[in-house]
Amino acid sequence: MTSCTILELLDVDLKEHNKLQLSCLAGRSGLSNKIISSKISRPGLPLSGFFESFAGDAVQIFGHGEQSYLDMLDENNDYSNIERLFSYNVPCCIFTHNYTPSERFIEIAEEASTPLLKTALISSDFSRHIYQLLDELFAPTQTIHGVFVEVYGIGVLITGDSGVGKSETALELIERGHRLISDDTVKLRNISSSFLVGGGENPMLAHHMEIRGIGIINLANIFGVGAIRNKKQVQLLVHLEEWDSDKNYDRVGEENMKASFLGIDIPKLVIPIKPGRNIPIIIETAARNERLKQLGYHSAKEFDQSVLKWFETESAKKMYYINEENTL
Amino acid sequence: MVNKNLIVRNRAGIHARPAAMIVKVANKFKSELYMEKGSIKINGKSIMGVITLGAGFKSEIMISCEGDDEVAMADALEKLFENRFEQ
Repeated sequence: MTSCTILELLDVDLKEHNKLQLSCLAGRSGLSNKIISSKISRPGLPLSGFFESFAGDAVQIFGHGEQSYLDMLDENNDYSNIERLFSYNVPCCIFTHNYTPSERFIEIAEEASTPLLKTALISSDFSRHIYQLLDELFAPTQTIHGVFVEVYGIGVLITGDSGVGKSETALELIERGHRLISDDTVKLRNISSSFLVGGGENPMLAHHMEIRGIGIINLANIFGVGAIRNKKQVQLLVHLEEWDSDKNYDRVGEENMKASFLGIDIPKLVIPIKPGRNIPIIIETAARNERLKQLGYHSAKEFDQSVLKWFETESAKKMYYINEENTL
Repeated sequence: MVNKNLIVRNRAGIHARPAAMIVKVANKFKSELYMEKGSIKINGKSIMGVITLGAGFKSEIMISCEGDDEVAMADALEKLFENRFEQ
């Protein structure tokens, strides 16, 4: 998203259990103002008259320091810097500690139709939450075709051509006690360039699935609330494809293929489909194996190591036998 | 690749039934179909994807067909949109 309105920000926050505890004090006409960057600004310096490098396009947060300064300005009846601050068309001002600014301040904000919001949180907690929220709102996104499920706590993204059996595989996994995050369209978000989070494109349509021959079904109703999840980190990509006898598939598990989305690498497996192969169980095993890898145990490498060790002991023994033969 | 901008002409927008019709038409062809509306781009051969577009009355959708029979596919879809999904 390249921009979002204040209203959208409040809406997202409400869905996240009202973490920011925001309420609108004044300037409701400006609730459609656009926030165009994920930055936030503490306007202490501008209030004292220093406007160089002032981030006027960012959300302005008035903490304790700014509030005391406002009180002082109010006592001196000096509003020039406040007026100048609002001339930058700031998207909104937020007061922490449930502070209410002076009447004159509210008037200036109303004139500039800039919303004034307040929260009961202290500035440090509030900044942390709003950074997280804006980061998510402004994260680069990509919508891909696939099914996203959580298997043993691992976020597994299943891709493949239409009709290869992604939805059916997911259905079997849910039947076996795993969770569906999104069917068909998965919206990926790059969160602070460190991890990839996937979810449904539209929460209204999430947790529905189309199964050929049955139609559209609601999984939350059929399998219960335990079978669904709203978002999850993508940790493994499983690509399903028709078995191609000319192609070499990974037999040992040391290839370490990667897929890249929005600049983030994810381990990738290519699983060939053939009648009689139980794909859900293969995916379950892949998820368990991925968990082991995250815990620092790499099955294929350990296996190779023990084979090498075995060879070593065998050849060491052989030396003795050769010596014995010689002495005889 | 063939790109076309189509406008939804039926009042109800692309709900389940029109979406099913689009998918049915798309699956008659071998080419790939992608549909784009705003920031959302989806695979046109999947019902849930097409519904996810949330295409209401008068909204504009860009379709891109890619493959051997792309021209025929784009024409068939254009016809479907013009017929207001036979409603």
